[in-house]
Amino acid sequence: MSKNNTVFIGENKNFWERNRRSGGYLLKRRSGQIAFSVIRALLLFGLCFMIIQPLLVRLATSIMGESDLYDTSIILLPRHVTLDNYKIVAELTDLKNVDSVWTFRSMLNTLWTTVLVSICQIISTTLVAYGFARYEFPLKKFWFACVILLIIIPPQTIQTALYMNFANFDIFGIFQAITGKPINLRSSVIPYVLMSLTCMGLKNGLYIFMMRQYFKGIPKSLEEAAYVDGCGTMHTFVRIMLPDALPTIASCFLFSFVWQWTDLFYSRNFLSTYSLYSLQLSSIVSRMSQYFAVTEGALVAVPQARQQQLIGIAVLFCSIPLIILYLFTQRTFVESLAMTGSKE
Amino acid sequence: MSAKERKVREHWYSGITESIQMLIPGNRIYQTMPAKRARSGYLFILPFILGFLLFMIKPLIESFIMSLNIVTLVPGKGYDKVWTGLDNYAYAFTVDPYFNEYLLDEIQRMAINTVAVLVLSFVIAVILNQKFKGRTLARAIFFLPVILSSGVLPGIEKQNEMYNMMTSIAESIGASSGVNLSKSLQDLLSVSGVGSGVFDIIFQMIDAIYDIVMASGIQIIVFLSGLQAISPSLYEAADVEGSSGWESFWKITFPMVSPLLLVNCIYTIIDFFMKNDNRVMERINTVMFTQFRFGESSAMSWIYFGVAILFIGISSLVITRTVKSYE
Repeated sequence: MSKNNTVFIGENKNFWERNRRSGGYLLKRRSGQIAFSVIRALLLFGLCFMIIQPLLVRLATSIMGESDLYDTSIILLPRHVTLDNYKIVAELTDLKNVDSVWTFRSMLNTLWTTVLVSICQIISTTLVAYGFARYEFPLKKFWFACVILLIIIPPQTIQTALYMNFANFDIFGIFQAITGKPINLRSSVIPYVLMSLTCMGLKNGLYIFMMRQYFKGIPKSLEEAAYVDGCGTMHTFVRIMLPDALPTIASCFLFSFVWQWTDLFYSRNFLSTYSLYSLQLSSIVSRMSQYFAVTEGALVAVPQARQQQLIGIAVLFCSIPLIILYLFTQRTFVESLAMTGSKE
Repeated sequence: MSAKERKVREHWYSGITESIQMLIPGNRIYQTMPAKRARSGYLFILPFILGFLLFMIKPLIESFIMSLNIVTLVPGKGYDKVWTGLDNYAYAFTVDPYFNEYLLDEIQRMAINTVAVLVLSFVIAVILNQKFKGRTLARAIFFLPVILSSGVLPGIEKQNEMYNMMTSIAESIGASSGVNLSKSLQDLLSVSGVGSGVFDIIFQMIDAIYDIVMASGIQIIVFLSGLQAISPSLYEAADVEGSSGWESFWKITFPMVSPLLLVNCIYTIIDFFMKNDNRVMERINTVMFTQFRFGESSAMSWIYFGVAILFIGISSLVITRTVKSYE
């Protein structure tokens, strides 16, 4: 529409002149545009603020002394700046050991289990997604329906059975025959690695789905050319398909990393012996009252505001590594996912 | 009957027999290229098949059996079970003091949240797809909830019993700090005689806006990817034909993205059911880990699973029916 107008009216004319000639249309249109962008800006700002605000509040309250919390004249800026809160939370969440040395035990535990598990998950889901995307085989639809089922079934449904399964792990009674009783695998990372290697980890159905979508979009001629040149199955996969899919794989890895980092369900069921950060975080309230009972010598109820402050710091500890990671990989996160979607 | 006709006929089990025959390495009929490819295809998805059978179907069946039994732990041996039929389900509904209430609550919350998440994430995706200053920053912030609302993080503050008590007291007295805008607006509307049922739901959505925004990170990404896949030439053509922005939104944008509505709807429902701050889930965990009632907790999770499937089924039916006409 605007292009039509400019042809007749000319761009170097003044706005009001052009408006007069268009019979008031231009003014109506322009004010509509401005109103729209103002509303848009307000909406975006409000929502963005709402997302960021809890983080800012937690940051601000994290350095407040305890007396500041009860001072109603203080909302954001602390009067008594202190870093003691961080030390307390570090001790509560096993970042510091009993001799109050920064060992970062829970954080390091979380890091290695998360990296291990995510790598296992990504390897297996990439293979499976590739199989579904590029090969024709009988019962393919049935197995893919199983993938959809895997996405839909809440893992909580099978929680009890899995718990039992791994507490008394046995394959066809082999261990029973050797050692006299089934082995308890619940105290090691093995069950979860096994599950990750077989695509049964956290949200793995989703990763299969996403990567399959990407692999499907790669032109078939590429594969055929490779075959003509004497490239075997594994060779085609590793040399041709993988480099192409690397951005999608990376974004799936990031998702897997982030979700595994904060995951509670699988951690509680399979990794409860490792003192992961998410486990520490989930039980921080009960540990808090114990801690203060020891330090203050008597059993006192931890005040509400104080509890909230300490929980907030623990949440910060948990999310800040992820936010830093996100800032560096934001592009991978968003854009490669957009690429998978566009192929649908 | 000619040989050709016989070949065409397919039985329900033909896929199974065919796949078994193909997997036998020495079988000479299946030395063809497609058969080889089928074999390698099976090799690729083998991890999934193994995992699905071992760690999904087997526990699923076991947990279903458990839900029909009274299960007691026997140290060193595993567990003992005594058949009780549907008693565990009856327990969940009639004996357990919280399960019913929580389940109804969560279902209601989920229905409202799902609709709200879908609408909001669609609107935000449309906005984030436009060109304006600071778009990259806005996008980065809107995807932050993917991190901030995952795993333990969302429910952690509500887990605090004291906090819950305090907020419920504050709400009942109405002594929250400042003026509660939505509450007073709601009062105003109900006084002026506007139908209250619908408004109740809308105000519930407004009050839960934080939860809704935090739950819609992935959905925004999915919608945005759909929006970016729409060819700009469609809009140009519409523009030339004299369609306004509003019209081309409803005639181009919405129909093009609406297939993703189903994906997002299912994702939202599942995400909601698996969220950590879900009270039904908490209840199941308490029954299982602190009361060691394994049978009852299995029954509860099966009821919960049934509800989830029911909702996914209903919503996919509704969405495919209404959206089909656009495609």
